[in-house]
Amino acid sequence: MSGLLAYVSRRLAVTFLILLAVSFAVYLIFAFLPFDPASLTCGKNCNDPGIIEANRIRLGYDKPFYEQYWVFLVGLFAGRNYGEGAAAIHCAAPSFGYSFQQHACVTDLIGEALPVTLALAIGALVLWLILGIGLGVLSARFRGRVLDTVSTIFVLIGTSLPTFLTGLMLIIFVVIKWHLLPFPAGGYLSPFEDFPGWLNTMILPWITLAFAYAALYTRFVRSQVIETSTEDYIRTARAKGLSEGVILGKHTLRAALAPIATMAGLDFAGLMGGAILTEAVFNLPGLGRLSLGAVLDYDLPIIVATTLLAAAIVVMMNLVLDLVYAFIDPRVRV
Amino acid sequence: MSLLSVRDLRVEFTTPDGVVKAVDGISFDVEQGETLAIVGESGSGKSVSNLAYMGLLPKGKTKITGSVILETDNGPVDLIGMEPDVIRKIRGKDIAMIFQDPMSALHPFYSIGDQLIEAHQAHNKVEKNVSQERAIELLTLVGVADAEERLRAYPHQFSGGMRQRVMIAMALMNNPSVLIADEPTTALDVTVQAQILKLISDLQKQFKMAVILITHDLGVVAGAADRVNVMYAGKLVESAGVDEIYAKPKMPYTVGLLGSVPRMDRPHEDRLTAIPGQPPSLMKLSAGCAFAPRCTRKSEVPGNKCETTAPELIQISSGHYSRCHLYEGKTK
Repeated sequence: MSGLLAYVSRRLAVTFLILLAVSFAVYLIFAFLPFDPASLTCGKNCNDPGIIEANRIRLGYDKPFYEQYWVFLVGLFAGRNYGEGAAAIHCAAPSFGYSFQQHACVTDLIGEALPVTLALAIGALVLWLILGIGLGVLSARFRGRVLDTVSTIFVLIGTSLPTFLTGLMLIIFVVIKWHLLPFPAGGYLSPFEDFPGWLNTMILPWITLAFAYAALYTRFVRSQVIETSTEDYIRTARAKGLSEGVILGKHTLRAALAPIATMAGLDFAGLMGGAILTEAVFNLPGLGRLSLGAVLDYDLPIIVATTLLAAAIVVMMNLVLDLVYAFIDPRVRV
Repeated sequence: MSLLSVRDLRVEFTTPDGVVKAVDGISFDVEQGETLAIVGESGSGKSVSNLAYMGLLPKGKTKITGSVILETDNGPVDLIGMEPDVIRKIRGKDIAMIFQDPMSALHPFYSIGDQLIEAHQAHNKVEKNVSQERAIELLTLVGVADAEERLRAYPHQFSGGMRQRVMIAMALMNNPSVLIADEPTTALDVTVQAQILKLISDLQKQFKMAVILITHDLGVVAGAADRVNVMYAGKLVESAGVDEIYAKPKMPYTVGLLGSVPRMDRPHEDRLTAIPGQPPSLMKLSAGCAFAPRCTRKSEVPGNKCETTAPELIQISSGHYSRCHLYEGKTK
C-alpha cells in the first residue's frame, strides 16, 4: 500500500509540472497574439485612451509577460485584487483572473458552468456505456443474426449523424411534434432544487451526446468480445465445462471490457472540456459555451482557465485510469 | 466395451472455397489406463478429431458425423449430436483437456486458485472451501510448492512449465476417466518437456486414466505411448502398439516419419531422410491414396492403383493396421 501511495504522489507531482507547462504555453500564445487585451476592456466603440490605459494598469497588462504569468500563478494560490481602494475587485483563491468582458471572477464563472458540463457528461456516459456495452455484447453473441444487423444499422446512423442534427431532430420530434416531453426551460436547473425539471432539461442532451458515443462503443465492444472469444483461455473455460453464461459474463467480458475502461475515461475527460455543440443546441450554460464565448470575445482569463481545467481533467483521468487498470488486470500491478 | 470408442468420425468445414474434410472417417478405441498417441503433421486432423467430440469446434459451419461412445458413471453415452448443455457436464468431468500453450490457456485476469476452484465448482455442488482443499491437494500433486500460498498467484507469475502443471491440476480436479493432452509439451523447453510427460504418466497410473496424447513429436510418443495412431489427410493410416510401429512400420508415410527423426538405435552413418513434397490440400483430394503424390513406393503397386483407388485400413498382424495397397493380400 505504501508503494501505491508513493506511486500516486509521484504521479501527482508530474501532473503538477504538466499543468504548469500547459498554463505557461497558453499564456505565451495569448501574450503574442496581435491584439491588445486592454483595448478590448472598454467595449467596441471605446476610443478613450485614458480608460484603456487605466484598465491596462488595473488588470496588470502593463507589466512584462513573465511578470503577468507570475502574478497569475500567485493568484491561483493567494487570490488576487484588481485596482485599489474602494473600486478594487477581489477574486478569492484559487483565482483564475478576472473576466473584463463578463465583469466577473473567472473562478465564479467556472463554478457555475462546471456542474452543467459534469451533469451532461456523467449522464451521457452512463447512458452510452449501458447502450454500447449491452448492444455490443448482444451483437457479438448473436453475430450474423437479425439483432446484429439491427445494431449495425444503429452504429451506422449513430456515427454518421452530427450531434447538432440529432439534437435538433430530438427537439423537433420529441418536444414540438409529439409532445412527449414538455418544452425545457431555458438554461440549467439544479437537480437539488427542481429534480423533475432538471431531468427534463438534461434528458435530450444526454440522449444526443450518448447516441454518437454509444454507436462507437457498440462497434468496439462487439469486436472486442468476438476477438476475446477466440482466445485460448476461453477454450479452456469451455473445456472445463463452464456454462456459456459464465464464459461470456465472467471470462470473456472481463478481458474484453478492460480496454473499454480506458476509452470511456478518456472520452469522459474530453467531454469535460465542454460538449460545445450539444450545449449550444440545448442552450446549456456549460464549459463548452463558456470557452466558445471566451474565444469569440478574446477573453484571455477564461480561455487560460478552461484550457487549464481541461488539461487537468485529462491528466488526472489518466492517473485514475492507471489505478483502475491495475485493479482490472493483475499483470499491471507492481 | 472400451472406455471410449470412436466410430467413423467425420468432420467437415464449409468454407467459401468449398468443403474441407478435416477428419474423414476415423475409428479407434481407448481402454482404461491406456495411452494412445495420435501422430501426424499439422492439418492431418489429429487435434480437430478430438475437439470435435468434445464439442469445442465453432458451431455453424462445422458438420460432425459418426459416433463417439464414452463409458460414464451413468452408462455409455454418445458424445456426437449431444445437446450443448448435456455435453458441458461431461467436459471437464469425464473427459478433461490440456492444451499446447500454457501461456495463453490460463485466464490472465484471474488467480490460479479462482480458476482451479471454478473447474471443481462447475461439476460439484459443494462449498467453496471444499473445492479449495481439492485445488491445494492437486497443486501439491503436480509439484507446485506452497500450494496454498500459490493459489493467490496469477498465471503471469508462473513459468511455462509451472503453468502447464497448473493446467494439468485443473484438468484432474474432477477425476476424469479420459485426459486429452493436445501437444502438451510443444511450447516447453526440452528439459521441462520430460518432466511434464513423466508427471502425466505418473498421474495416469495414480488416477487410472486413459490418456490421448496428440503430438507430432515421435520422441514423445516412444517414451509415453502404449498404442500409436498415425493420421494423414484426415484419415487413420496406421495403428499399432508402440514397439511394433517403431520396429516394423508398414505404411510408407509412417516409415518416412520414423526415418526423419534421429534415433539412438540406428547406426549413426545413416542420414535422416525427409518426406518429399507437401501435405495435400484437404479440399481437392484425389480418388486414390492421399499420400500417393509423395510416396516413393507407389511403383511397386501394379496398375497405377495408388493414384486411382483409395486403400482400406487392413490388418497386418494382431493389433497392427495399415492403410496401404502394398500389403493387400499379404496378410493372414
